[in-house]
Amino acid sequence: MTARPDGRKPHELRKITAKVGVVPNADGSALFTFGDTVAIAAVYGPRQLHPQHMQNPEKGILRCNYDLLSFSVYDRKRPGPSRRSQEISKVTEWALEPAVDLSAFPNQVVDVQIYILQADAGTRTAGINAASMALAHAGIPMRDLVCSVALGKIDKTLIADLDKTEEDFKEGEGATDFAIAKLANQDEFSLLQMDGKIQPNLVNEIIKLGTEVSKEILEAQKNALKKIVNQEETK
Amino acid sequence: MNTEINEAYEAEENNDSASAKRRVVVPGEVIVSGDDYLPGDGTRREGSNIVASKFGLAEEAGRVVRIISVFGAFVPRRNNVIIGRITDITHAGWLVDIDSATSAFLPIEESPRFINRNEMDQFLEVGDVISAKIWTVKTRGIDLTLKGKGLGKLEGGFVFRVIPSRVPRIIGREGSMVNLIKEKTGCNVTVGQNGWIWIKGDIDGQIKARKAIEFVSEKVFVSGLTEKVESWFEEQEK
Repeated sequence: MTARPDGRKPHELRKITAKVGVVPNADGSALFTFGDTVAIAAVYGPRQLHPQHMQNPEKGILRCNYDLLSFSVYDRKRPGPSRRSQEISKVTEWALEPAVDLSAFPNQVVDVQIYILQADAGTRTAGINAASMALAHAGIPMRDLVCSVALGKIDKTLIADLDKTEEDFKEGEGATDFAIAKLANQDEFSLLQMDGKIQPNLVNEIIKLGTEVSKEILEAQKNALKKIVNQEETK
Repeated sequence: MNTEINEAYEAEENNDSASAKRRVVVPGEVIVSGDDYLPGDGTRREGSNIVASKFGLAEEAGRVVRIISVFGAFVPRRNNVIIGRITDITHAGWLVDIDSATSAFLPIEESPRFINRNEMDQFLEVGDVISAKIWTVKTRGIDLTLKGKGLGKLEGGFVFRVIPSRVPRIIGREGSMVNLIKEKTGCNVTVGQNGWIWIKGDIDGQIKARKAIEFVSEKVFVSGLTEKVESWFEEQEK
């Protein structure tokens, strides 16, 4: 068994912080962190969709934008959209779509902006978690919250929530990064992505592990959402 | 001036009084289980459970379980009295910004008196603020009307915005809260369902009224709010 560089147990997540209502001007907003990975999400809408040719008269559409800010990594990232950020925006959209119900908002759009303030691996998963809280905060009808986490494998050990040093692990079988997103109370997954190699029989195990650790994430999301209402109550 | 608004909200307020307990729920959370319950606004049935479909306060009114939103954008409904700003004049009426996803239209026929098509800007000009009632909500847009008590152009004063879901509390049961604020500050106050609030009065009163309304919108989940606002006013006077 390979020890983790930061001394965590294999299935232990990094410290999670979740906060709702961080962007006062947005209709809904949230912050979510996995250790040193910090993501904020802001939701605007439902509002009129432009360009008009994108409008869907049957139901509203969800539009996500993911951006890794230039100061979020050690070597300054060139600002602006990139191949990578476009791909992540798209998978984030697909990960959240099964959870939201926009049938009441034809021809309209719900915009989700995700910004990564600090990156230490697992940025897309932190972004999805923040976005799901922000959507709920904005009062958008939703089937469920979405919990997302990066699982993986260093050498032969299955681990949860990889950080950057683990992602770059080179010894033995190397590192595998397996990002998932799950509808919290359903047995449905809306994101499955993998970098690296894994034995086919371990995939089931990794999904089981994902289901297990999602509960912890859901708890954090729930508490943050409930806290904002209760806070106002006692103010 | 606010009779229309009050009437529209009395129905909802009556529902509120029936509720004993409310609690915060998140999407996907089971609110109650049992076949006796009926899913209302913002909830759905899954097997024998009633499950939340949005974030808000769950409330059981008899057998019906529903969710009251506490955050989020304004969703227009028929008969809502709103405050809007004229953004354009067309040949058939006015375009109005009401802070919602679809733009609103005020047809010339829906003005309270006859308006000559060539002199529309003498009645309402771009930038004017009006209080109007939503007549229809269609996917193509929203139609407004000015025919009704207390509706029309709002002259002078100023407009500011609160979270739209807090409006029922600002109005209060049968307008008790807004009447209290009017009485204590001597201002004229109109509250739109879209969260826009118009205040007109002397400078001190205006500031006080705005502060009071922001106080209410922050404390929207507290019970016995009218008494709290009364004591807040007393504190301010010291």
